[in-house]
Amino acid sequence: MNNTTSPYAIELRDISKRFGAVQANKDICLQVPAGTVHGIIGENGAGKSTLMSIIYGFYEADTGDIEVGGELVNIRTSEDAIRFGIGMVHQHFMLVENFTVLENVVLGAEGGAMLKGGLDAARKELKRLEQEYNLDVDVDAVVEDLPVGLQQRVEILKALYRGAKILILDEPTGVLTPQEADHLFRILKSLKEQGVTVMIITHKLREIMASTDNVSVMRQGQMVAHRVTAETDKEELAELMVGKKVRLVVDKEEAQPTNVALSAKNLSWFDEQGVKRLKDVSLELKAGEIVGIAGVSGNGQSELLNALSGITPLSDGEIHFNGEVITAKNKKNASQMRDLKMAHVPEDRHKMGLVTGFEAYEAAILGYHNSEAYNGKILLDRKAMLDECNERMQKWDVRPADPFLKTANFSGGNQQKIVIAREVEQNPDVLLIGQPTRGVDIGAIENIHEEIVKLRDSGKAILLVSVELDEIMALSDRIIVMFDGAVVGEIDAKDADERTLGLMMANALNEEETAGGQA
Amino acid sequence: MFETLILILDATLRVSTPLILAALAGLFAERSGIVDIGLEGKILGAAFAAAAAAAVFGSAWIGLLFAIIASVALALIHGFACITHRGDHIVSGVAINTIVAGLTVTLGLDWFSQGGQTPALTGDARFTSITFPFADALADVPVIGLIYSELLSGHNILVYLAFAIVPFAVWIIYKTRFGLRLRAVGENPHAVDTAGISVAFIRYRAMIICGILCGLAGAYLSTAHNAGFLKDMSAGKGYIALAALIFGKWRPVPVMFACLLFGFLDAVAVRMQGVQVPGIGEVPVQAIEVLPYVLTVLLLAGFIGKAVAPKAVGRPYVKERG
Amino acid sequence: MSQPKVPVWVNLALIPFINIMLAFLVSALVILAIGENPIEAAGYLVYGAFGYEEGIGYTLYYATNLIFTGLAVSIAFKAGIFNIGGEGQAYIGGLGVGLVCLAVDQTMPFYVIVPLAIIGGAAFGAAWAYIPAYLSARRGSHVVITTIMFNFIASSLMVYLMVNWLKQEGRMSPNSRTFEESAWLPYMHEMLAAIGINIEQSPLNASFLWALICCVLIWGLVWHTRWGYQLRTVGTNATAAVYAGIDNGKVTIWVMLISGALAGFVGLNEIMGVHHSLLLNFTAGFGFAGIAVSLMGRNHPVGIILAAILFGALYQGGSELAFEIPSITPEIVVVIQGLVILFSGALEHMCKDRVEAFFTRTSAA
Repeated sequence: MNNTTSPYAIELRDISKRFGAVQANKDICLQVPAGTVHGIIGENGAGKSTLMSIIYGFYEADTGDIEVGGELVNIRTSEDAIRFGIGMVHQHFMLVENFTVLENVVLGAEGGAMLKGGLDAARKELKRLEQEYNLDVDVDAVVEDLPVGLQQRVEILKALYRGAKILILDEPTGVLTPQEADHLFRILKSLKEQGVTVMIITHKLREIMASTDNVSVMRQGQMVAHRVTAETDKEELAELMVGKKVRLVVDKEEAQPTNVALSAKNLSWFDEQGVKRLKDVSLELKAGEIVGIAGVSGNGQSELLNALSGITPLSDGEIHFNGEVITAKNKKNASQMRDLKMAHVPEDRHKMGLVTGFEAYEAAILGYHNSEAYNGKILLDRKAMLDECNERMQKWDVRPADPFLKTANFSGGNQQKIVIAREVEQNPDVLLIGQPTRGVDIGAIENIHEEIVKLRDSGKAILLVSVELDEIMALSDRIIVMFDGAVVGEIDAKDADERTLGLMMANALNEEETAGGQA
Repeated sequence: MFETLILILDATLRVSTPLILAALAGLFAERSGIVDIGLEGKILGAAFAAAAAAAVFGSAWIGLLFAIIASVALALIHGFACITHRGDHIVSGVAINTIVAGLTVTLGLDWFSQGGQTPALTGDARFTSITFPFADALADVPVIGLIYSELLSGHNILVYLAFAIVPFAVWIIYKTRFGLRLRAVGENPHAVDTAGISVAFIRYRAMIICGILCGLAGAYLSTAHNAGFLKDMSAGKGYIALAALIFGKWRPVPVMFACLLFGFLDAVAVRMQGVQVPGIGEVPVQAIEVLPYVLTVLLLAGFIGKAVAPKAVGRPYVKERG
Repeated sequence: MSQPKVPVWVNLALIPFINIMLAFLVSALVILAIGENPIEAAGYLVYGAFGYEEGIGYTLYYATNLIFTGLAVSIAFKAGIFNIGGEGQAYIGGLGVGLVCLAVDQTMPFYVIVPLAIIGGAAFGAAWAYIPAYLSARRGSHVVITTIMFNFIASSLMVYLMVNWLKQEGRMSPNSRTFEESAWLPYMHEMLAAIGINIEQSPLNASFLWALICCVLIWGLVWHTRWGYQLRTVGTNATAAVYAGIDNGKVTIWVMLISGALAGFVGLNEIMGVHHSLLLNFTAGFGFAGIAVSLMGRNHPVGIILAAILFGALYQGGSELAFEIPSITPEIVVVIQGLVILFSGALEHMCKDRVEAFFTRTSAA
C-alpha cells in the first residue's frame, strides 16, 4: 500500500452523499498531505461529520472515489477503513464503559480466538505507544472511572493500536477543558512527528489556528476553500464558513431594566453520579433586559436552565421569583414554575420542546394543558385549542398554517416558532430561552430575534443561552460567562467582543489572575 | 433427617437442570443485548420436538438433535424480528411463546392422535440415569456413601452436562474473543460497530447459542425428566429461568446458584405438602412456589441488592446519522 | 425536515390487513402441513363464528373478554408501558367480582350488586397492577418482568384461596358455591327477549355492553382530556413530559391502575355472566390475547373492538373447526394469535417500512 509515491495520505474525489431530500455532501474534493494535521472547518450541519463517516465506512458515498496512500480503495465498512489504516475518534466516545482500557483497546483487534494472548500482547504494545506518543493512561482502569480527557486518549490509543496511519478526530475538544484541549494538541503534534496524518473536524477557529498545517472549509455540504493555515487568519476562515460577510446585528434600543424579576442565589445541582454540575451560581434578571449566558457547550448552561425552569430540583441554593422562594426543600416542578409565570423555550426542541408525534395544535399547549383556557369541566376544549393555534400560526407566520399537521413534519424554523409562540404568548414575567435559532433558517432567525427584543421592550426579563457567540453579543444587554458549572464573569454587552468573551469562556482571565496572584 | 436432606438436594439437582440450561440461554441472549422472554416457548418447542423425534426414531439422541434444531429455529425468528427488523423484544418473545403453545398441541394431535401428547417414551428413547462406579457398593458408607450414590450418582447425562456447561460458559464469556465482543455488544453496540465488528452477526450467534441451550432444556423435560411431551409442560420454567438470570445478575456462576435456590424451593415445596411445621402449622405449598417470583420482584425493586442489566439490552441497534 | 405523507388509510387499514393476511397465510401452511384443506378449514371457521345466531353470540362473548384485556394493554401502551400482567390482573379482578357476589348476593338486589361488582373487579384488578406500577415508578423496577412475576403470584394466590378458603364445603373441585340469581348478569338473549326480540341462547351477556361503554370512556379519556394528553405525552416523549411539568411516575401509576381495572372486568363476563361462581383458570389466556388485540387494533378503541371480534371469531370458529375436522385442535387459534402478534407487533417494521416507502415513492413521483 505504501510503495506508491503519492504525497497524499488520503485523497477524495467528487464525493456525494444524499439522505432522502437532504444533500449532505456534494462533489467533495480533498487532498490531505501525509504527515500533516489537516483541519476541516464548517458550521454545524455543513456536512463535516457525514464526510468523515464516509471515510470511516459508516456510510457509503453515493458517488466519488477515495484514495488512500495513492491507491484507489473501496471503503464499505468500518472494518475496511481500519484495514486501510484509518482510525477515528468520535465526538461521542465509542467505549464500553464497564470494560477496562485494555479490553476496550483490543475489542475488534483481539489477535485470536482466545483473549489471553491478545491482552498480553496489547499490554506490551500499549506501553510502547504510550511512550512514543506521550499518551499516559492506566491500562487496567475501568473506563467509566476515567475523566473525559483520558477517555479520549483511550480512543486515540485504540486507533493507533489498530495501526492507524490516518487519524480522524470529530469535534475533539467539545467535551474537554482548555487544559485537556492543550494536552490533546500536544499529543497531535507528537503523532504528526511520528508520521501520522491527522484530520481534525471542528467549528472552532481557535483550534484550527492553533493546531493545523492546512485547513479546508465546508459550507452547506460543499468544500468551499482550501488554505495553508499559516497563510490565512480567523477572519478569512470565518467569512468562508459563513459565506458572506455578515455581522449579526439586531435592531434594538438601549435596555431600560427596572425591578429584579428573578434572583438566584448559590444554585447547585449534583447529577446522578454525584458530580456537581452546577456550582453556586448566582444571578439576577431584571425586567426589561436580556441576559445572555456565554460558555462552551456543556459548561452548566443546560443545567442552569433546567434548574431555573423546575425540570430538575435544586440540590442547594434558592430562587426568588414572584414572591416564592424555591429551594431544595421547597420544590417547584416545571408546571408550578409556569404557574408563577415563567416560560421556557428549551435548547432541544425535539427532545423537550415538542412531542413530534402530536399534531401542531396539541403540541401548542404542551406544559399549559392544565390551563383553564383549554379545558372544560372534564374534556379538553378542542375548539379553543384550534382557534388559538390558527391565530398564532397566522401571527407568527408558521408554514404550513395547518394545526392538524404532525409537528414532526414542520421544518426546524417552523417547529421553533410553534414552541416560542407557545411560551411567549402566555405573557410570562421571565422567559428562559435556549439556542433560539439552532437549526433555524436565516429568514426565521431574524424574525425570532425581533420577537425576543420586542418581549424585552414590553418589560419582561429574558435569560438567553446560546452556543452562538454572535447571537449572544447581538441580543444581550448583559453577558454572564459560565465555565465548568460556575459563573466566571460578567460583562456589559457594550464592552464585549469575541476576544474577551473567548478568553472568559476558557476561564483564561481568572487563571492569569490566580497565577499573577501567586507570583 | 440427613437422608431427607439428601433426597431434597437430589431432587433440587433434577429440577434445577432445565433452569440452569434455560437461564444460561437467557444469559447469552441478554449479554448480547437481546431480551428473551421467549425462553419459555423455546423450551416447550424443544420438549415437543425431542419427544416427537424420540418417539419416531426411538433414540433420545436424535430427539435431542431435533430439539436443538427446533429451538434454534425459534431463536432465529426472535433474532430476525429483534435484530434485523428492530422489533420490540418483549412483543416478539410473547409471539413466540404463544405460537409454540398452540403449535405443539396442533401438531401433536395430528401426528400422534393422543390429545396433543406424544406417546410414552421407553428404553433408548429416553435419557436414562447413569450410575457411577461402585455407587451401590458405597451406598452404605455413612454420609459420603449417601452423597455419592444418591446425590451425585444416578442422574441422566443432561444433568451432568448442564453443570459442566456453567464453567464452559464462564470461559466463553470471560476468556474468549467472542465473549469480549458479546459483552461489549450488550453494553455499547456503537463501540462494537465502530471497531469494525458486525453487531448483528454477534447477536445472531448469541441467539444460536441461546437456542441450543434451550433445546437441551426442552429435551431434558420431555426425554429425561419425563417420558414424553405433555401440553404446556414447560409450565413457566422459562420465566423462572429469567428470574434466576436477574437474580444471578447476568453472571454464569451466580445464575447457577440462583437456579439451584429456585430448584431447591421447588423440591422443598413438594416435600412440604401436608407437613405440619412445628409452631407454624401447615405451610401452603403455594407460598413456597411463589418465592422465586417474589424474591425477583424484591430484587428488581432494589429491596435486596441491586440488579443492573446490560446497558443496551432491549434496545434495537440503529446506526446514528453523523 | 418535512417528509412526504403516507395516506392515512395505509397505516390504519392496509398495513394491519397485510399483517393479518401474513398470519393467516402461515396458519394455512400449518393446516396444509397436517394434511387438511385450509380453505375448507376457513369455511368452517367463518361459519362457526358468524354462520348462526348462537355462533355469533359465542363470538361476541369471547370478544367481550378481549375488549377488556385489549383496552387494558393498549392504554398502558399509550403511556409507553408494556403491561404484560393482564392475565394476573384479570384473575384477581375476577376474584374481586366473585367476592362481592358471594358477600352480598343473598342480601342485596341486582341493581345494587352490579355496581358493587364493577367496583370490586376494578379495585382488585387495579390493586394487582398497582404494586408493579409503584415499583416501576418509584423504585425503577422493570415493569414487564414484574408484571410477569405477578401473573404467577396471582395464579398461586388463587389456588391457595380457592382450595383453602373459598371452596364449597364437601366438594372436591375448587369452586365456590353458585351465586344467587340476583348476582347473575342477564344474558343477551334474555334482555332482547324482554323487548320482543328472540335470539338463540348463548353465553353473551350484559358485560358486552359494559365493554362497549368502556371503549367510549377510554376513547374520551385518552384523546379528549388533559389526563389523556399527559399520558400520551409520557408515552411518546418522556423528556418533554418532564419539561411540561408532568410527573411521569404518577402517570405510570394511574395508567396502570386503569389498565388493571379494565383487565379485572373479565371477571364480570366470566364470573358474573357465565359461571356464576368463583373457579380456577377462568381467564384462560385472555390476558395475553389482549396483547394481540391491542397490537392489531393499533391501540385505538375502534380498532380494539374490531380486533376483539376478529379474535373472538377465531376462538369460536376454532371450536367449530375442531368439531368438524377432528385432526385440528382449537389450539390452532392460539397459533394464529401468536402469528398476529409476530407480524403486527414484532415484525411491524418489516411490512410497514416497505409499504410506506412504496407510497412515498409513488406520491413523490
